[in-house]
Amino acid sequence: MIDAYWPILMIVFVLAVVMTIAPGMIWLERRMLALWQDRYGPNRVGPFGLLQVAADAIKMIFKEDWIPPFADKATFILAPCIINATTLLAFAVIPFGPGWHISDLSVGLLFFLAMSSLGVYSVTLAGWASNNKYSLLGGLRAAGQMLAYEVFMGLSLMGVVMMAGSFRISDIVEAQQNVWFCIPQFLGFFLFFTAGVAETHRLPFDLPEAEAELIAGFHAEYSSLKFGMFFIGEYIGITLISALVVLLYFGGWHGPWFHPVVWFLLKVFFFLVIFIWMRASFARPRYDQLIAFGWKLMFPLALLNLMVTGAVVLAMR
Amino acid sequence: MLSLLRTMWIIFLHMFHKRETQEYPDVLPQQPPRWRGRIILSRDPDGEERCVACNLCSVVCPVACIALQATEDGHGRRYPEFFRINFSRCIFCGLCEEACPTYAIQLTPDFEMGEYNRKNLVYEKEDLLISGPGKYPDYNFYRVAGLAIGGKGKGEADCEEPPVNTRSLMP
Repeated sequence: MIDAYWPILMIVFVLAVVMTIAPGMIWLERRMLALWQDRYGPNRVGPFGLLQVAADAIKMIFKEDWIPPFADKATFILAPCIINATTLLAFAVIPFGPGWHISDLSVGLLFFLAMSSLGVYSVTLAGWASNNKYSLLGGLRAAGQMLAYEVFMGLSLMGVVMMAGSFRISDIVEAQQNVWFCIPQFLGFFLFFTAGVAETHRLPFDLPEAEAELIAGFHAEYSSLKFGMFFIGEYIGITLISALVVLLYFGGWHGPWFHPVVWFLLKVFFFLVIFIWMRASFARPRYDQLIAFGWKLMFPLALLNLMVTGAVVLAMR
Repeated sequence: MLSLLRTMWIIFLHMFHKRETQEYPDVLPQQPPRWRGRIILSRDPDGEERCVACNLCSVVCPVACIALQATEDGHGRRYPEFFRINFSRCIFCGLCEEACPTYAIQLTPDFEMGEYNRKNLVYEKEDLLISGPGKYPDYNFYRVAGLAIGGKGKGEADCEEPPVNTRSLMP
């Protein structure tokens, strides 16, 4: 009986977990940023300000949902849906524990890469449909940044794929029984994490939004729940990248004492905090610096990592 | 690259620093006594209104938020018939306090004047008048001024000589 309903149960479970983490991140981010900036952060609503999330949601829902008359209406509405759809779809191949997955695709990693590449349409279309100079600049930046960082993101993952011999994420996790891939694949981890930060356009790679220069970049014209969807989409994206870093480089659900799912979520939480920590620490680079960094440093490093790993894997065989 | 890690470490250490936040509604801030907050009208040590309705505060007010009407009581003391401060215009510059010749109008450290209705920010005399002398507990304008009022004739003020009869030859 439970076997038949297991996929449906997993869908509910994954949705519940992701949709709890994403708004929870709003609170966590504000509190953690405050912690690192010698402030308290939201501590008024509910215990530790936890109900701030509910207050924010209520505020966002009841704000006027305004579509600018000069915007391309259909695309304008479609854009925030894409980022949520793609990031949530990518969670279909994320195993939370042994057997705790919606679908264990044999090309799970490729599926993730495809979905994260599709996500850029959201940002670019949002910038374009807003029909606003700043939004368009933000969208263009997002497109250029994704192009630069998507390439070596895929290449950096190939080291892991070669070592595990599979694109299936659960196989990759099983291959880390003895040693986590973050040790032999440290460069790959570094490259993937950097690309992941750029992929979710978080600081220091948040040039598509860049409050100081582009007011809010691609979502400058968005209000109410449409803005909320970008917001949540971004946090789901962060969770996705954290989950993948854990699965591919930090042994996924492996760990002593606790249930595998608990271990997985703990590790994901750790990386979520690192995302916030980076936001608290770093300044935003110039756009040409960002692109040069991607193409001239990270891309060759990814190729080097690929070749060395390939050579070592061949020699070990 | 190392500088980035150093940055992150420094930011991490900030977790253990003292918080800068002033937890205002829970912990009230210590206001200096000369803080320019809510305006009051004070009384002299005898409990009479200090304000002599000279209109100087109203004239000096850069946003013209003070309105008053002078009148006189049976003893010849001037006082304001009404005294109105529109706090939605007031910029708390303190010029009225500086202009006041009798220390009647004073600014206090209270700043919690939030209202839901703009009309509630118009304070009448009964809202402004306090029962005490405010910042200058001993000052009584009519005790030091030469002006004669009912109950105090010429030359009866503090440190005042009786008036000299200029038509008399006697010393």
